[in-house]
Amino acid sequence: MTYIAKPKFHHPGLKKNELGYTHRDYEGKISTLCAGCGHDSITASIIEACYELSIEPHRVAKISGIGCSSKTPDYFLGNSHGFNSVHGRMPSVLTGANLANRDLIYLGVSGDGDSASIGFGQFAHSIRRAVNMTYIVENNGVYGLTKGQFSATADRGSKSKKGVTNTDNAIDLVAIALQLGATFVARSFSGDKTQLVPLIAAAIRHKGASFIDVISPCIAFNNHAGSTKSFDYVREHNDAVNRLDVLVGREPISVDYAPGTVQVVEQHDGSRLALRKLDADYDPHDRLGAMTFLQKHAAKGQIVTGLLYVDPDAEDLHTHLDTVETPLNTMDERALCPGSAVLDKINASLR
Amino acid sequence: MSVQSPISSVNDFVVRFANVNGSGSASANELFARSILRHGVPVSPRNIFPSNIQGLPTWYEVRVTEDGHLGARGGVDMMVAMNPQTWDKDVASIEPGGYLFYDSTKPMPSSKFREDITVIGVPLTAITNSTYTDPRQRQLFKNIIYLGALCALLDLDPKVVEQLIGEQYKGKEKLLSSNVHALHLGRDWALQNLKCPLGLRVKKSDKVGDRIFMEGNSAAALGAVYGGATVCAWYPITPSSSVAEAFTSHCKKYRHDPETGKAKYAIVQGEDELASIGIVIGASWNGARAFTATSGPGISLMTEFIGLSYFAEIPAVIMNIQRAGPSTGMPTRTQQCDVIACAYASHGDTKHVLLFPEDPAEAFEFAAAAFDLAERLQTTIFLMLDLDIGMNHRLCRPLKWDDAKQYDRGKVMTAEMLEEGRDFGRYLDVDGDGIPYRTYPGTHPTKGSYFTRGTSRDRYARYSEEGAVYADNMQRLVRKFETAQDMVPRPLQANAAKPTKYGVLYFGSTSPAMDEAIGILEARGHQLDRMRIRAFPFHSSVASFIADHDFVYVVEQNRDAQLRQLIVNENGIDPVRLVPILHYDGTPITARFIANAIGDHQDHLKVTPLRKAVT
Repeated sequence: MTYIAKPKFHHPGLKKNELGYTHRDYEGKISTLCAGCGHDSITASIIEACYELSIEPHRVAKISGIGCSSKTPDYFLGNSHGFNSVHGRMPSVLTGANLANRDLIYLGVSGDGDSASIGFGQFAHSIRRAVNMTYIVENNGVYGLTKGQFSATADRGSKSKKGVTNTDNAIDLVAIALQLGATFVARSFSGDKTQLVPLIAAAIRHKGASFIDVISPCIAFNNHAGSTKSFDYVREHNDAVNRLDVLVGREPISVDYAPGTVQVVEQHDGSRLALRKLDADYDPHDRLGAMTFLQKHAAKGQIVTGLLYVDPDAEDLHTHLDTVETPLNTMDERALCPGSAVLDKINASLR
Repeated sequence: MSVQSPISSVNDFVVRFANVNGSGSASANELFARSILRHGVPVSPRNIFPSNIQGLPTWYEVRVTEDGHLGARGGVDMMVAMNPQTWDKDVASIEPGGYLFYDSTKPMPSSKFREDITVIGVPLTAITNSTYTDPRQRQLFKNIIYLGALCALLDLDPKVVEQLIGEQYKGKEKLLSSNVHALHLGRDWALQNLKCPLGLRVKKSDKVGDRIFMEGNSAAALGAVYGGATVCAWYPITPSSSVAEAFTSHCKKYRHDPETGKAKYAIVQGEDELASIGIVIGASWNGARAFTATSGPGISLMTEFIGLSYFAEIPAVIMNIQRAGPSTGMPTRTQQCDVIACAYASHGDTKHVLLFPEDPAEAFEFAAAAFDLAERLQTTIFLMLDLDIGMNHRLCRPLKWDDAKQYDRGKVMTAEMLEEGRDFGRYLDVDGDGIPYRTYPGTHPTKGSYFTRGTSRDRYARYSEEGAVYADNMQRLVRKFETAQDMVPRPLQANAAKPTKYGVLYFGSTSPAMDEAIGILEARGHQLDRMRIRAFPFHSSVASFIADHDFVYVVEQNRDAQLRQLIVNENGIDPVRLVPILHYDGTPITARFIANAIGDHQDHLKVTPLRKAVT
């Protein structure tokens, strides 16, 4: 199949955001994924989050690796530059892009094969380096494009469509991200847009390494009985610890919340995250607590979702490298070249 | 055994220091080399070191050469034997009539020496121990003491050495005076107890001129600073690590904003070579000038990304400081063995631009030029150094920069151009040179965005698996490579004094040995035109040079005649016309080797026909 054109007309009464953009301005090409794929719901959530945040669509760089999930950046933010790079290497490409221009928003889209297997190292190191990015893993526990092999996030004991039982232990990317020092860690479910959209929005507004693991059932190869990444299984075992609203600008915190049920987190850029607690004991500022909570619930077969950890005062790689505020890609010879007089001195010192 | 008279030579000899790795000898040895330079006499030093940090043998060789022959010579006239582990081999390697300098504190059996050499014993340990108590001081000053003794033996001006020590320890008075003291301890002992100077000696001259003394890796890193590199991602690997380390130190000096003190560069030590090249590709895609430095094994790891750079047309600069392969090979030995690996890196049909600097001065120039080329051609440019250029100080012409020079950022479509309604097709050949326009991410709210991918796509960057569309793109990439031919540094030709039917092609670090070999060959009656190749794709003059000669020697430092293969393959040359001259034992190629190999081949050509010989 070659490129599908998407009709450009839309309803004249379509709602506009603060910048005057409609939903359509954040859309991309028509998806070539299977009908009903969880990834398309995540695409829709990204579009929704960017629309709601009133991001200029061309100020986002969308970068991915290889696989079904990595194809999706073509299906949203059609006015953004996208880069479908090399299998498992999205994190390094994104890191380089971020170093070149700190002013864009970096959205990394990856899958469980891309991030937990071939790119496990790059996933880990981009998070350790605190690259300012939103790293989304569209996690279906299976290799879709190559037709149904287990991935490294498939739970031990889960069954493939062909009836094979997985005997390898699963990698929990959320647990790893917490250990590696990610400063925004969340898990969600592609079937739960109301939870996912604000998480993506909050992650985009977070300065630092944001990681979201989105369980996203593969309709073709991993949605059967015996799978632990199927729509039915995830719905039954979803244990959401909180619900989130992202508040940007001067809008006041809604008074709808019952007293004591909401925790407000102010991020570095002034955005506020209103967290409605579903689990009274859960504290999203406690990294160690989050790790323990996750492991305990995983042992019971529950999939913990929500904003699991956030450090609102996080730093990023540019802070650590102490780079100039001006994007490096805009500098010319006047800014970068020391010139011949300096070179003469260097020559003199080498004699 | 016939009596061998001691070698007598002024400003033309080789001293080799045999040391133990980690004993602090490197700085004393370098001081020795620099001292001779300050006498106006060219030197060419080489580190011969193991893949080890402490304990294994290491050598430092200084060729003193008034005539300015900067290639390795081969042979040793004076051995400074400071390593008992390698004693026998070191002693055996001395030329007949040469000199052996050793620490005579402990008596050695006479069987450990040779009769045909001059043995010079200096009780270094005894002198050191009677002066210093601290073990580390003993270790370090012993090196300066032998330097002092050599000063007397080779007739070096102690004032020159003192001045160098003064420059090295400027502001550190205590270290300065203690080093000078140690120098004189050794010198005085030698003057009082030995016949000084020897037949080998240094005499002041004026042959150094305004040349500088620099390591190729540092020069390449400085070229990256001048060439506008802002992102460097790397993974430590010998012999390339000092490129990134030098880039870091150059940037600290020259790349901080004077007002804010902030860095106008970003350096990341990647988790591996894959991440390093990934960061480079990401940064370059986003419009920054980015590079990585690596060696053979790193190139192997990077090949998937190199293919992406070629096919998706993303600039990248890779500095490959070659070492002996394959696999881990000889990590601390030099070779020119990645020519093919880099020229055709990655799966599918690919070709890449290679630059071959001969010395630090060209490493600087080519490194800076590589960023212009990468952005102009939107592809990977390899800067092909090797350990011999990269990790040794080499005398070369001073570095030059034209302040009027502007960076060539290549074909970048701006927001203004898009507003004007220019047709933007990311892979559209608008000028017939095979080079399309690109846009930086974030350029325009509604125009100029595109999706970069390693999969095939049409001229407007839309995914396509149509055969004709794919072939169209692949043909354009060939056109682009042809365009590159006239952009890269041209080969340099030097003709023999008399017309000749024979030529020689060479490149990179072979250069100084080749220049010297030409002289030796001329003395033997062999005339050769020579051409130094400085880049791939090959300029058309390479093919005409071959056509103009009956046959051409191709001198290179690898087993498989990789440059020759590339010439045969790319230019359709009859392989018979290209005679390989190959040196690949990991040591730098020497003039003696080249002259012998070519000379022997030439002598065979002059063999008298059999019938004539009989009659």
